[in-house]
Amino acid sequence: MSERTIDTDRWKGDLLLLAKIVAATYVGFASLGLVTGVPINEVAGFLVTVTFFAASFALVTLALNLHWGYTGLFNIGVAGFMAIGVYTMAVLTASPDASPAGLGLPIPVGVVAGVLVAALVGAVIALPALRVRSDYFAIITLGFSEIVRLSITSGTLREIEVGDRVYGTGGGSGIGYTPVDSVIPWLFDRPGIGLLGDLLYGIGGLVGITTSIINRLLYALVIIAFVVAVYALLQRLAYSPFGRVLKAIREDEVAARSLGKNTKYAKIKVFALGCGLMGLAGILWMGSRSLVTPESFMPVVTFYIFVALIVGGSGSNTGSIVGGFVFAAFLWEGPRFLRTIARANLDTRSPPTIYDAALELAAFDVMPLVGYFIGSLDEFRWILIGVALVLLMVYRPEGLLGDRKEIAAATDLSQRQGGESDE
Amino acid sequence: MSEQRTRPTTNVDDPILRAENLRKRFGGIVAVDGASFEVERGSITGLIGPNGAGKSTTFNLITGVYRPDGGSVVFDGGDVTGHSPERIANQGLVRTFQIARELPEMTVLENMMLGPQNQLGESIWRSVTPVVRNEVIQEEKQLRERAWETLELFEIDHLAEEYASSLSGGQRKLLELARALLTDPDMLLLDEPMAGVNPSLEKKLLERIHDLQDEGYSFLLVEHDMDVIMNHCERVIVMHQGELLAEGLPAEIQGDEAVIEAYLGGDV
Repeated sequence: MSERTIDTDRWKGDLLLLAKIVAATYVGFASLGLVTGVPINEVAGFLVTVTFFAASFALVTLALNLHWGYTGLFNIGVAGFMAIGVYTMAVLTASPDASPAGLGLPIPVGVVAGVLVAALVGAVIALPALRVRSDYFAIITLGFSEIVRLSITSGTLREIEVGDRVYGTGGGSGIGYTPVDSVIPWLFDRPGIGLLGDLLYGIGGLVGITTSIINRLLYALVIIAFVVAVYALLQRLAYSPFGRVLKAIREDEVAARSLGKNTKYAKIKVFALGCGLMGLAGILWMGSRSLVTPESFMPVVTFYIFVALIVGGSGSNTGSIVGGFVFAAFLWEGPRFLRTIARANLDTRSPPTIYDAALELAAFDVMPLVGYFIGSLDEFRWILIGVALVLLMVYRPEGLLGDRKEIAAATDLSQRQGGESDE
Repeated sequence: MSEQRTRPTTNVDDPILRAENLRKRFGGIVAVDGASFEVERGSITGLIGPNGAGKSTTFNLITGVYRPDGGSVVFDGGDVTGHSPERIANQGLVRTFQIARELPEMTVLENMMLGPQNQLGESIWRSVTPVVRNEVIQEEKQLRERAWETLELFEIDHLAEEYASSLSGGQRKLLELARALLTDPDMLLLDEPMAGVNPSLEKKLLERIHDLQDEGYSFLLVEHDMDVIMNHCERVIVMHQGELLAEGLPAEIQGDEAVIEAYLGGDV
């Protein structure tokens, strides 16, 4: 009956829903893989990759949901803010002897600084950008993200000589640094935790899973921990008077202002916060490679995140996570897994063009056509994403979880004091 | 004649709102051209005029939605000319709109809960910090109580958990007025509160406005329904072509030649 139980019930329900979706997907993929004779190590590797991408996508999608889903800020410069986070971390943590040189600071310092710089840049961009109407705002953010990417690529910032060292962004060849996911091997070098590592590796060895996959799994769990923390933070914001103001800005800013709400400050704060989270997501996702290059931050990355948000249901934090997961599992990694299965079981020589495949089809041989599709899977994935979006818009325009009434209040509004309930 | 119009001719003892020589131009059109008037504290004052007289623009100038090109607005003894809408609302001058601006994809209760000013939980850190958040929850419970009471007063409590977009036009007007009340205003500017409201609801709304007047609220309302203006307003202000045409008691206005001419479309 108390408010607290209602609060925890809501969270429990959402977690359960999420767990069901994830479990069903993993069991489905794993049994499909094992039945069709894919080695267990490859199945495990695939599931770990899905987990990694799902957590990464979920984190960025949560940040975008704060901007677009809650506040109605049409930010299509997500990639730019991720780039700022990753590059800040790279410059701060790269070895001073490398080329281009970094400052050689510890990784945690780089991560925190990357988040703060992304948030700060977001706040600075918000000052002029939020004065214009939403469609112009979109153009500004897209333009900004391209400015970031092209600046990083540009010759001017490529090499900057300071003293006898050459710093800079490294242009198209990027900056090399110690990846963030080195935290797992580092942890296993500690005396106590090392035993746990040996144990996990041992279990992995028994069922035939390599240590590198176990390391990747553990790193994915680290990202999941961040997703949980960010989710808790954003849920609290969403279920609060501040979240109510954000929704009011999305619905009708003039009305919100006429009710005495300072929408300008709210928008700047929320934009900076979201940009910081995008920086964090960029670091955890792209920063787990040992090299960062400008190609990782093409505008299409922003598009992926929007697809994930729309699939999950704009305006719902739980929906954002579901969207990130569904996008990663079915649209991003799923097709590649099907290819693995197909290659293990079918004769999938790929003819050079679809014309050749069609010619053989005329001879009642379907396999070359199938082979062609599998061979060009990375391209066909685009069509898959497009078709999925169209189907979603027709049959469920509000997204998977977008139809839920998530009331922006810190307490259950339908309950009244004095035991008088509406039911 | 125009000299006379810039200065109110009738005396208002204790004005809560004073507009002086307000001007607003949109391109080549002068929407408001030197309007001056005062609203008595605790009164219901009507603002009438033919279409295009500049009534809504005047509202927008007073409440900060537009910045005036000239003139001043004094509310409750303080100059609020050109202030932002949120600042003016915070000072106790709150408005509703001609076309109700409900927040469609928020429930009626969420709409209502947006009204109260300076809520603790409107700061990010108070909303997310574990122990401090309890204060926010406590305040929310109190506000929830007020929101429900106000909804009952306006007899739309049965719609509390519906999205505002599913309300009828008249119910949206009620919601907007109820929501404005939760801001704890001193004065309400109502832009055509009766438009699209059925007669029985209109009667209820007028009763509510009179109750609120007894509690000390002041009202300025734009209305096209002459019965409402003549029977429920203590004072009437008439605008025509961006200027003040007449001001006075309803009976005086009813007999004013210039007003009749303006409404019937004679030459002015």
